[in-house]
Amino acid sequence: MIDRGLLTVRGAGRSTIDGVLRLGYATRFLWLTLTHSLTCLQRPRLVVREIYFSGVLSLVIVLVSGLFVGMVLALQGYQTLRTYGSESALGVLVALSLLRELGPVISALLFASRAGSAVTAEIGLMKATEQLRAMEMMAVDPVARVIAPRFWAGVLSLPVLSAMFTAIGIYGGYLIGVVLLGVDEGSFWSQMQNSVDFREDVVNGMIKSLVFGVAVAWIAVFEGYDAPPTAEGVSGATTRTVVTSALAILFLDYILTSLMFRGA
Amino acid sequence: MSSAPPVPSLPPAPAARAAAHAEPLVAFRGVSFGYGRRMILEGLDLEVPRGQVVSIMGGSGCGKTTLLRLIGGAVKASSGSVRVAGQAVETLRRDDLYRLRRRMGMLFQFGALFTDLSVFDNVAFPMRERTDLPEPVIRDLVLLKLHAVGLRGAARLMPNELSGGMARRVALARAIALDPELIMYDEPFTGLDPISLAVISNLIRTLNVALGATSIVVTHDVRESMRILDYCYLMAEGRIVARGTPDEILASDQPYARQFFHGGIDGAVPFHYPGADYRTELGLAGHDR
Amino acid sequence: MERSTLDVWVGIFVVGGLVALLVLALKVGNAGDMLRAGPTYTLTATFENIGGLKPRAPVKSSGVTVGRVASIDYDPEAFVAVVTLRIDRRYARFPRDTFATIYTSGLLGEQYVGLAPGGDDRLLADGDRITKTQKAVVLEDLIGQFLTSRAGETPQK
Repeated sequence: MIDRGLLTVRGAGRSTIDGVLRLGYATRFLWLTLTHSLTCLQRPRLVVREIYFSGVLSLVIVLVSGLFVGMVLALQGYQTLRTYGSESALGVLVALSLLRELGPVISALLFASRAGSAVTAEIGLMKATEQLRAMEMMAVDPVARVIAPRFWAGVLSLPVLSAMFTAIGIYGGYLIGVVLLGVDEGSFWSQMQNSVDFREDVVNGMIKSLVFGVAVAWIAVFEGYDAPPTAEGVSGATTRTVVTSALAILFLDYILTSLMFRGA
Repeated sequence: MSSAPPVPSLPPAPAARAAAHAEPLVAFRGVSFGYGRRMILEGLDLEVPRGQVVSIMGGSGCGKTTLLRLIGGAVKASSGSVRVAGQAVETLRRDDLYRLRRRMGMLFQFGALFTDLSVFDNVAFPMRERTDLPEPVIRDLVLLKLHAVGLRGAARLMPNELSGGMARRVALARAIALDPELIMYDEPFTGLDPISLAVISNLIRTLNVALGATSIVVTHDVRESMRILDYCYLMAEGRIVARGTPDEILASDQPYARQFFHGGIDGAVPFHYPGADYRTELGLAGHDR
Repeated sequence: MERSTLDVWVGIFVVGGLVALLVLALKVGNAGDMLRAGPTYTLTATFENIGGLKPRAPVKSSGVTVGRVASIDYDPEAFVAVVTLRIDRRYARFPRDTFATIYTSGLLGEQYVGLAPGGDDRLLADGDRITKTQKAVVLEDLIGQFLTSRAGETPQK
């Protein structure tokens, strides 16, 4: 009984230490990636290629999800607002929810599961099939040539995707609210414009998705690079990318929201 | 097929080559290596003279691949010194190490071709990354290298469209892309059909002559490698247990060497993994008279 | 994938992102106002109570937005709120005795400052103070008054 209790404590202690060690290792790896990013500036083509695989290929899922999220928001918001007779505030509700929270968060979650997992799997497989080692033997640094472009592509792609998600989501809300439910078009847009501040809401939302982009890209390349070079190792790392990214996004979202929107 | 391609000579200058000629290209002096307390290599002495094909043999997991990684500077010796072309690898700074690696080519066990690049781009990769050659020159060089391994016609294919033997030949073309002085082969014969096997072992020999290079072949395939090598080291448990020319080493009466080269089931390496006494473990010990 | 096809797609991707950002800035947000904003001049007004007035709330005259609330401060000497209004230069013809009131659009809507011009010949200039103001109607006060009047002779504090 006591033994089992001790074992549990010891297990908890060990996993905490492991977690801290891993975070430290991941941070060193991020530093390594950043210091090896000069190649990306000299050869932007490497990054462009990865933006295609991370960003462009996530476009469809992000746009479709954005449209539906906006439509659902309008539908739900309309029911609630009608109770208080303020349907005209529907635009405000849809726009602010999307700009401040749902746009950055949901597009980041989608991006992590669509592009982040793919990057992890790709890097993991390159490691498992000795491609990274081969590159190193050819005197080409795999961190500069493989890791850094994928990292920066992720960082740059997510804000773009998030802006598109939010914009199409607001039009989804417009479609349901104005076209379908008959909210006055003028008050839909004008109230929105009165309440949405460019710096406060649009820029803060973009900052959020930039932070999420760094987090997801970092997790994805790290898990891939750190994956045990076996089939199980790579599949495990892919799963970890999605789970860890989701937790990191929601955690960071809380922190950022409490810092950004304290006053309003 | 074995028509030797004209070899455009890149670094180093021929004078430097001649000056260092007396010295072996690769020399291990008392090299030990291990992860933590587990030693993989212990007190290794080994020399690879220029222009020869030297093979390093041994059972699985005896540290052969680690040896290649030490030469490439991917890992550093715990003690002792690894000298390649007169430079102590473990003391080199990153830039110098990369400069040294440009003079090496390595063929990985399963080729390690870049899966997202075509055959052509794979072979062009080291040239594009490490030289400033204009694209038309690269194109000609790549076709030259691919021709040398007989796969010029496959330039447009992707790696997943190649058979195992073809993939290894493409990887070989990539390994010799920058005309290395030293070519390392990590298990080049594993998992090949007899025809591909013959093609690869033939290429190892002809390329060594054509490029004026030195080759290190890490393998456990006795029959194929004996046909092409000049000198052989036999390793077991992180040490060198026998060395010599093919004839010498085949005639060796060292117990492990005899078992390894003549394929005994039981011998210096026992058939049974060490364990408790068989009879005791089955509970029969008590029934003994 | 051909190099050029890839480039085209990434180009479309980036342009799409910029368009989305532009929509968010101009159609959804108020960056258009910032860009369009011509020259302005400032007026200040003190209120006994501003209710829920926020910076950037509209300033309206006859229902037309003529400016925005630039900032809200508290005057610790006079115990009043000091509201700075930024008014469009085009409407720089408000008389000295203009009346400023804090209104609420709808029962629970946002609050804004309403300007009702008086009849004075002299006009408010840049930096002037509007003296005639009326505080915001606060719902709690209304309910309080209502309860007091209903309570009849029983005086309540």
